[in-house]
Amino acid sequence: MNPTEILTLQINGHSVSVAARTSVAAALRIADRASAAGTASMGIARRSVSGEMRAPFCGMGICQECRVTIDGQRRLACQTHCETGMVVEYTS
Amino acid sequence: MSPLPLELAVEHCDVLIIGSGPAGMAAALAASAGGASVVMIDDNPVPGGQIWRDGPGVRLPAAATQLRSAVTGCANIQIVSGTRVIAAPAPRALLLENAKRGWRIVWKKLILCTGARELLLPFPGWTLPGVTGAGALQALIKSGMPVAGERIVIAGSGPLLLAAAATASKAGAQVVRVAEQASLGSVLGFGLQLLRWPGKLVQSFGLFNAAYRTSSHVMAVQGQGRVTSVRVQRANGALEALVCDRVACGFGLVPNTELGQLLGCGVIAVDGMAALAVNASQATSVSGIYAAGECTGVGGSDRARIQGAIAGHSAIGHTEAADALRPALVRWNGFAAELQRRFALADGLKKLADPETLVCRCEDVAYGALTPCSGWVDAKLHTRCGMGVCQGRVCGAATRFIFGWTPPVPRPPLSPVRLSTLASLTADARIPDSWS
Repeated sequence: MNPTEILTLQINGHSVSVAARTSVAAALRIADRASAAGTASMGIARRSVSGEMRAPFCGMGICQECRVTIDGQRRLACQTHCETGMVVEYTS
Repeated sequence: MSPLPLELAVEHCDVLIIGSGPAGMAAALAASAGGASVVMIDDNPVPGGQIWRDGPGVRLPAAATQLRSAVTGCANIQIVSGTRVIAAPAPRALLLENAKRGWRIVWKKLILCTGARELLLPFPGWTLPGVTGAGALQALIKSGMPVAGERIVIAGSGPLLLAAAATASKAGAQVVRVAEQASLGSVLGFGLQLLRWPGKLVQSFGLFNAAYRTSSHVMAVQGQGRVTSVRVQRANGALEALVCDRVACGFGLVPNTELGQLLGCGVIAVDGMAALAVNASQATSVSGIYAAGECTGVGGSDRARIQGAIAGHSAIGHTEAADALRPALVRWNGFAAELQRRFALADGLKKLADPETLVCRCEDVAYGALTPCSGWVDAKLHTRCGMGVCQGRVCGAATRFIFGWTPPVPRPPLSPVRLSTLASLTADARIPDSWS
């Protein structure tokens, strides 16, 4: 795979372009950085049971904070590579 | 909805390896020498484990790329990435799942190389977006997360803090503080001891960071919806307030023993944490099951590779090859002991949480709700602490350190699982008669 290859996926309806082998956890942050000024957040992935915003935390598949819906399946963003056409959804 | 398949596919192998970090890859290579069929499973998208994590813009060390090419070039090693172990439904069988399917694999010899995770301790503000583990920050940057222009405070304990700081700086972040809880004496003592392991000494020179402070630890993180500042307690007791965008805090590593414990493998206490017990051949207390690397106690990638090779040789009966590696292992066990001694955690870190600070991040259980509890079972029954999707992997290690509670032996499923995979637990794995 060419490391400079650019992939485009959908995150909550927005198109996001990332380098090949980028994780979905990283793409969540890339999407936030690209969003409207002032609202950029730190790669939110879910709401906790008491409603707190949570972002990827352990980075290595342990804490489950980054679980999102990827192409209809519940998966961990930190352990999933982005793919062209992938549809990522989370509760913001 | 399609009907649930009650019987999943069953695959067989001679040697099954769980984990494809340094230990797993070394084990695979050693076990493949006699032509045995070797399968190596890992839950990450590509082999390498945490320390040799590959990603956009990552330049791996030569040792990593050499071992990886040797493993990928070996015809009798099958690498199965992006796959989790769910359960052990029958003797010598594991239930596996990835994004596409669930299946069973039946093994003759099993080598556990499940690695370690960070010890993540609760402090006020630790659930805010922008707070991560220290190794976590490194992993996220390597997987393509941009941090250029961000101000980052790194805190906790151990050599990983400097490695995380170096990765963050190289990615364009401004590392405003590295707060190590160990004393200057301990850190200098560790530095002097590195003369015994020259490779590590050279490595540490490259990691020097002017923002590094000893006897310092995080007190609280502030922010609304994201981190805006952190308070750090310094050696002289003074509090320093630092404006920042991220706080990366990890207090050392915890061996991942869950799968081993589920399989009945005995554990020993290493530095207050459980580790899988192994003998000189890396065999666990369960016949046919070996363990290697950080899951047997934290000691770094050089030790993990040697342990992995010993386990791989032992699993296929190449005892002479295993014996030849033992002197090198003794050397690296010395490094592991030094690491644990010099970066032992201060008791004060047990008191970082406020009554309102969440300890269980899955069920949002606060520290104040846990202090009246007598132990882990009491806490689970009365507060749901540890009953969320991470199954206590974060709060179990934290409450072990804070309250001295022993987490229970894990139960299946080890990870969240699809119903179609779980349904197959009722069917028996087909083990050929000739193997029993």
